[in-house]
Amino acid sequence: MTTDVSKQGATPRPSMRQRIRNSDVWWSFTHSKSAIVAAVILAVLVLAAVFAPLIAPQNPYDAAQLDMWKAELPPMWEQGGEWPYLLGTDTQGRDMLSAILYGTRISIVIGLASVALSLVIGMTAGLCAGFFGGYIDNILMRLGDITLSIPTILIAILVSTVVRQLLPADLREIGAAAVLVLAIALSSWVQYARTVRAQTIVERSKEYVQAARLLKVPSRRILAYHILPNTLTPVLVAATLNFGMAILTEATLSFLGIGMPPGQPSLGTLIRIGNQFLFSGSWWIVLFPVIQLCLLVVVVNILGDWLRDVLNPKLR
Amino acid sequence: MTAMLAQKTHALRVEGLVKTFDVSAPWLNRLVERKPRQHLQAVNDISFEVPLGGCLSLVGESGCGKSTVARLVTGLYSANSGKMQFASGPDGKTLSAQMIFQDPYASLNPRWRVKNIIAEPIRELKLRKSAAEIDERVVELLKTVGLSASDGQKFPHEFSGGQRQRISIARALASEPRFLVCDEPTSALDVSVQAQVLNLMRRLQDEFGLTYLFISHDMSVVRHMSDRIAVMYLGRIVEEGDTEELFARPRHPYTQLLLQTIPNIEKPQRDRITAGGEVPSPFKPPSGCPFHPRCPSATARCSAELPKVRTLASGTRVACHLVQED
Ligand SMILES: Nc1ncnc2c1ncn2[C@@H]1O[C@H](COP(=O)(O)OP(=O)(O)OP(=O)(O)O)[C@@H](O)[C@H]1O
Ligand code: SF4
Ligand SMILES: [Mg+2]
Repeated sequence: MTTDVSKQGATPRPSMRQRIRNSDVWWSFTHSKSAIVAAVILAVLVLAAVFAPLIAPQNPYDAAQLDMWKAELPPMWEQGGEWPYLLGTDTQGRDMLSAILYGTRISIVIGLASVALSLVIGMTAGLCAGFFGGYIDNILMRLGDITLSIPTILIAILVSTVVRQLLPADLREIGAAAVLVLAIALSSWVQYARTVRAQTIVERSKEYVQAARLLKVPSRRILAYHILPNTLTPVLVAATLNFGMAILTEATLSFLGIGMPPGQPSLGTLIRIGNQFLFSGSWWIVLFPVIQLCLLVVVVNILGDWLRDVLNPKLR
Repeated sequence: MTAMLAQKTHALRVEGLVKTFDVSAPWLNRLVERKPRQHLQAVNDISFEVPLGGCLSLVGESGCGKSTVARLVTGLYSANSGKMQFASGPDGKTLSAQMIFQDPYASLNPRWRVKNIIAEPIRELKLRKSAAEIDERVVELLKTVGLSASDGQKFPHEFSGGQRQRISIARALASEPRFLVCDEPTSALDVSVQAQVLNLMRRLQDEFGLTYLFISHDMSVVRHMSDRIAVMYLGRIVEEGDTEELFARPRHPYTQLLLQTIPNIEKPQRDRITAGGEVPSPFKPPSGCPFHPRCPSATARCSAELPKVRTLASGTRVACHLVQED
């Protein structure tokens, strides 16, 4: 207890544990089969992706490790399959399992980064709009309306095309991931902004906020210590569900050829490459990345739905 | 009474305070539905003085503008016009007001431990230097309001309404105020708890020399607390006077009505005052005396002319055509 009081001048925060009411969430987690299964699968997928360099038989980015003689090998259990190419190889002799593990890594990183960026944009916009009201509110929320009236994919295409044109040619490969993150974030911040704004308006009029105002606590601190923590619960749920969406959007963009380049394939890029061989009989080149993508998005969504049910007191 | 003297004995002097709210629909709706802007006159030309170290109570029905006055006085709202002047304290600085709110549930941040809630004013105003001093002060405040040191570790939801109100009081005291605005601090509480909290507030007033602007709709609570009472009706003060004088000889017909509705002075009544007749809408206040549609002694003059405020020999100020100087 002395630790948080010792920060003199700073307004204290309650402990993280209390904030998410851990015990309630944990209890309901241990009583939901689908949540447990989804969490286990997600944990396996994430761990495999994180430790891809240790697990994968091959580094798919390293051209020297690719063997053209091993191109288009079918999965192990099919006739002609070969160890260690468990899920077969693509037309360049790239091991599919390795490509998928590394691709999942890229997809997850881009998904997380874009959710984080859109959270920052959306929550800042929502807090300012709700707290200050007036024309700030009007401008921010009309911007949000405009964003929502354009389909997500279109915004992402617009942003990534524009930024790509602005970037010098030698940076394009490197910047591809950053462009994707920016594009997805700019197309998905509105939901957070609206949620946070609504909650901020509710909290702002509560008397504890007015008590803080009477003490002339600066707006910045009122927002950070009083209002923000009370908006986190709905935002957490939205962010989980949007993480799944972000991975899908990234895959779509990469599939359309405006996402990750073939040299650093994400799951979407792999699907795009594999798609060309679907009818030539090399089904494994496309099927396994598709399965991996679906699995990833489905378990994330199951967890998001479960979290929403747990944290929404109206449904309990 | 000279102005010099008045400055010495009054903690707060308010003159001609006006607050209007713009309650118009958004401009697009107004445009489509061809509605004009709408204004609500919540506080209309109010003047009063709060005696230093004393307690002035504002009473009146729901919606008559009591909370708006409280918020104007504390600076949460800014007035459209009028003057507010706080006296200066012993340290030479003008007094500033802290507030105790009506709702014991909304007035404490549910995510903060009680000790941090009470410590917030101390930290913000830099009233203590070290963390240990702050801790010590928090414990002292908790004891002052009748809670224990260990209660500081708890969260607000672990307390009852009355205890929460004690926490609110401790937080208000933490800023070492001289002036407290209490907006119906007990109307959300059970009758038995009400009395405890009110007694605590009286004790603190004596102990720390506090000045109260006390707001209530409950005449028996007000009698217990105040030195002076101002009766509000539809954004105006219709009668103001010393507590005993006002209870003994209510002059304004509305005050008389309020006093009649107290069933038993020993047993505080929790329900809102329901005097005969509807409260008129503050959007369209009646012409002349705002009370005339409900007044049993209204005359033709009452609906035409707004009665002026008259100061009687007893010091009571009253706004009614029928009340003559005596
Ligand atoms: N922020 C606001 N915006 C618009 N109208 C308001 C606002 N605050 C108060 N009003 C209106 O002003 C009038 C006076 O309200 P106020 O809250 O001061 O009444 P009150 O005497 O405190 O009533 P109660 O006993 O119910 O608390 C009411 O008609 C109310 O609707
Ligand atoms: S002025 Fe007339 S209507 Fe108003 S309170 Fe007096 S008698 Fe009643
Ligand atoms: Mg009120």
